[in-house]
Amino acid sequence: MDFGFILSQSLTQAIGVTAIIYCLAAIGLNIQFGYGGLLNFGQVAFVAVGAYAVGVVVVEVGLSLWLAILIAIVAATVLALLLGVPTLRLRADYLAIVTIAASEILRFLAKSFDFLGGSQGITGSIGGDFSDLNPLPDWERFELGPISFTRVDMWLVLAGWLVIAILTVLTFLLMRSPWGRVVKGVREDEDAVRSLGKNTYLFKLQILIIGGVFGSFAGMYSAIAKGAVQPDGFVPDFTFFLYVMLILGGTARVLGPLLGAAIFWFLLVFVEQFLKEGVSSGVITFIGTTQIGPVRFILVGVGLMALIVFRPQGILGDRKELMLDAR
Amino acid sequence: MPAEAAIGNAAVEALKNLDPHPGVAKPDPVLVADGVVRQFGGLRAVDVSHLEVQRGAITALIGPNGAGKSTFFNVISGFDTANEGTWRYNNQTITKTAPNKLARKGLVRTFQLTKSLSRLTVLQNMLLGAKGQTGENLFSAIFKFSWSAQEQANTKRAMELLGRFNLAQKSADFAGSLSGGQRKLLEMARALMLNPDLVMLDEPMAGVNPALKQSLLDHIRDIREEGTTVMFVEHDMDMVRDVSDWVVVMAQGAIISEGTPASVMRDQRVIDAYLGAHHDEALTDSGQSLTTAEETDA
Repeated sequence: MDFGFILSQSLTQAIGVTAIIYCLAAIGLNIQFGYGGLLNFGQVAFVAVGAYAVGVVVVEVGLSLWLAILIAIVAATVLALLLGVPTLRLRADYLAIVTIAASEILRFLAKSFDFLGGSQGITGSIGGDFSDLNPLPDWERFELGPISFTRVDMWLVLAGWLVIAILTVLTFLLMRSPWGRVVKGVREDEDAVRSLGKNTYLFKLQILIIGGVFGSFAGMYSAIAKGAVQPDGFVPDFTFFLYVMLILGGTARVLGPLLGAAIFWFLLVFVEQFLKEGVSSGVITFIGTTQIGPVRFILVGVGLMALIVFRPQGILGDRKELMLDAR
Repeated sequence: MPAEAAIGNAAVEALKNLDPHPGVAKPDPVLVADGVVRQFGGLRAVDVSHLEVQRGAITALIGPNGAGKSTFFNVISGFDTANEGTWRYNNQTITKTAPNKLARKGLVRTFQLTKSLSRLTVLQNMLLGAKGQTGENLFSAIFKFSWSAQEQANTKRAMELLGRFNLAQKSADFAGSLSGGQRKLLEMARALMLNPDLVMLDEPMAGVNPALKQSLLDHIRDIREEGTTVMFVEHDMDMVRDVSDWVVVMAQGAIISEGTPASVMRDQRVIDAYLGAHHDEALTDSGQSLTTAEETDA
């Protein structure tokens, strides 16, 4: 078994395009759920809106990518208002129901309309304007210790982590401010915060919009990186993976989503490659190659259960803080 | 603050000359409620025809369980919606005003089950109470220089208040790690961060040990001395007797009696509905001679 190969594959995925997509969406969800306590079970809807907005505007309408990004941000804001205005005055569970339903409605709508590409989705040079900006020297591969990227991928990864860095700094700045204090207060007890003169409804709407716009960046990035928008990439599982990453990294921690997304993809790919190598070299005999896909999720699932039992606060969390509610 | 204290005392003195009957007009009411009805199905939980609350005094709201005291509090403070009625605060109609707006106008309440924000520190809990914070605006929040001076001033005031309530050394702890009594203190201190005109305390003594009760009573008197009107719901008759200037008694949603503590405790309707004939006896000490309400209060 070639452990060097397994490790380099896993590391590549841990900092690669997929991890970046999930990380961007998880940063948004961390603001909504981790800090604000909003149960958004449809974060993938914002990702889909971001992806479709740039896909449609660039490929179907033919405008520039930069204009498309602005339109995507507006679209995500509109979606947040549509979801939030009627539900945020109600109890928290209503938002959960509405968001998960809305994300599925949007996915089926996208599959049904021809100008949205139907079930084939949208394919085309969505990221053309982005690739033109590539400042990297014209090398064959870029070596980073055990892993390497092509010129195109290297630019994608660099730009992705740059956006992550910007959103993370923004999260940090917001959460150390009095605004962030009110948001955290809303998570703890909305009525108490209302009795202190804060319009909690407005704050909840603001975090839904901010988290949603952050989520739409994940969709835009995915459309640019893949040059395609596929409706079946936006299934509810996407949102649940985000929750797994948040809990893994530590909710309401600025760096939680970064660590969570990287570790989640590292583990998933590590287990997959390990099983593949094991099966093909004849060390592992009790499963076949077709069973590797499901088995990796079982193993990662067991690992997460162990995490919840032994470190429920996640990697960056504070156990003392988590246990306060258990008194 | 001798001037303010004098105002408080004048307001209290004025109450002593009133003819105590339900709905009596007060010389300087901060809160006036008219025809407030809150119905739950067929049950009229609150049915208050007229109530005035004297500014600068401590008014207790007592009554048996289910009398509608907390519901009345919830309705007035905007956390519950009345079916009928109007109420005015500082001569402004505040019927069905949202609680956050009322709090900014100076009508601040606490809750029967304390609502300390567990995973915020004690100091952060206090700072949430400060009004008009620039840093609570989404865009100013990003720029620390725009709110840091205000934050420092608020922190200074919060620490002073925490010192008064003996919580200063806990300021960096999570509020969730405080004891039940300390949470009551924190909630009261936090309400004071808003510089309220009228504080409504919902059972401030529930679950508080006797030693802490004494200091809570002092705090409530201090609040009045600073010119703030206090209204509270309470079952602890010692507290009502000790600290309140005026007592309002509710039973089955309606106000059945009003007056100074001494006069209310002599009222036969109050004894029948709430206190019971032997309310001054220790429940466990049957050997003591019977004392009537008249003898102890006179």
